[in-house]
Amino acid sequence: MAHGLIKAAEGNAPEGIALFFPAAYDIIWSAVVFGVILFFFVKFAIPKFTAILDERSAAIEGNIEKAESAQAEAAAQLEKYNELLAEARSEAGRIREQARLDGITILNELKEQASAEAARVTANAATQIEAERQAALASLRAEVGVLALDLASSVIGSQLSDDKKAAALVDSFLADLESSESSAGK
Amino acid sequence: MVAADEFHAPTMDEFFPAAILFEGTPFEMNRIMLIRVVMTAVLLLVFWLVLRRATVVPGRGQGLAELGLDFVRVNIAEDILGRDLGRRYFPLLAAIFFAILFMNLPGIIPGMNIAGTAVVGLPLLIALVSYVAFIYAGVKEVGGATFLKNALFPAGVPWPLYILLTPIEFLNIFIVRPISLALRLLLNMMVGHILLVLCFAATHFFFFSADGWLPVIGVGTLAGGFIMTIVELAVAVLQAYVFTLLTTVYIQQAAAEEH
Repeated sequence: MAHGLIKAAEGNAPEGIALFFPAAYDIIWSAVVFGVILFFFVKFAIPKFTAILDERSAAIEGNIEKAESAQAEAAAQLEKYNELLAEARSEAGRIREQARLDGITILNELKEQASAEAARVTANAATQIEAERQAALASLRAEVGVLALDLASSVIGSQLSDDKKAAALVDSFLADLESSESSAGK
Repeated sequence: MVAADEFHAPTMDEFFPAAILFEGTPFEMNRIMLIRVVMTAVLLLVFWLVLRRATVVPGRGQGLAELGLDFVRVNIAEDILGRDLGRRYFPLLAAIFFAILFMNLPGIIPGMNIAGTAVVGLPLLIALVSYVAFIYAGVKEVGGATFLKNALFPAGVPWPLYILLTPIEFLNIFIVRPISLALRLLLNMMVGHILLVLCFAATHFFFFSADGWLPVIGVGTLAGGFIMTIVELAVAVLQAYVFTLLTTVYIQQAAAEEH
């Protein structure tokens, strides 16, 4: 019954292993269609596709190159700018340093001048004082001599008869001494 | 015996329909041969339309076509063969991939309902192309002697083992490889077709010929047919991928200086 059903379509199918051996028309049509497809892919589709891919990668590479050159240019500009900036900074630093050194020099010079002036003034003063001291010494020495002589002559010249006379003599001597001293101090 | 009253189990006759043209000649054309020719025309037309005016910035259609081509180029050819070799064998591999894909798809295209690869001729032919390609690659890239030495006398094996290994390798590489390529594709497509026919024939039978509550089962078989159609779509892509991938691996092994 089942066999009858299967046979119902009444075909020309090969049996068993013969199923796996192609009929001549089968292999011929296979060769025709695959040959056409192979030819189409080898001669048209793949070359075209590859060309497009190459073109695309070339375009991408071109753009990348352009971007790279632009970036390189920008980097160069930046470097130049930085260089200039650094130059300017170092120049400013140099000037500032120079100014500071100049200032120090000027200050030192002024200090030196001032101390020299002070030394000169001090020396002058010392010289003057010395001179005055010498003068005072000389005049004092002369006056002390005179005074001694006066005192001696007074002591010898006057009659020291009583205490009153002696006291008056000493007073007048002291007064003389004072007045002479004050005149010498002037 | 009215057709609608009877359950038609799919038979092998499905794969050998009656001739339409040139009956009895080597150019005899039946439904399946016609499907092959039509799908070839569709494949060529699609790629021609898309690539004819291909531009550097792709449109939608070109993008889709490029996705497919790039899948073969990058994920199959260049991944396995490297850049130079991949580029050289890319046209062949693309032709194999898209030929198989477009021949598998009619299995789920309404009106065609059978894959162009569901008859032995085409799978066998492409397997032979793959066979010739990897032998050519071996002879061309490393020379016939090195190719045979690499293939039949794998390095790093003590020599007595060659007595066992060399016949096995010979059998594997030169006989089993093309046959397994052809049979894997053929049987997948055959079985897929039979499953789909079973599902839909059963649905038809349950809906229109069965009595009582039996039509309910038809809902299940219809859902089964729907799911199988999706599975067959995946199988169509997967088999094209597997076939192309294995061909690439064979070429790579043949073209390698050393294993």
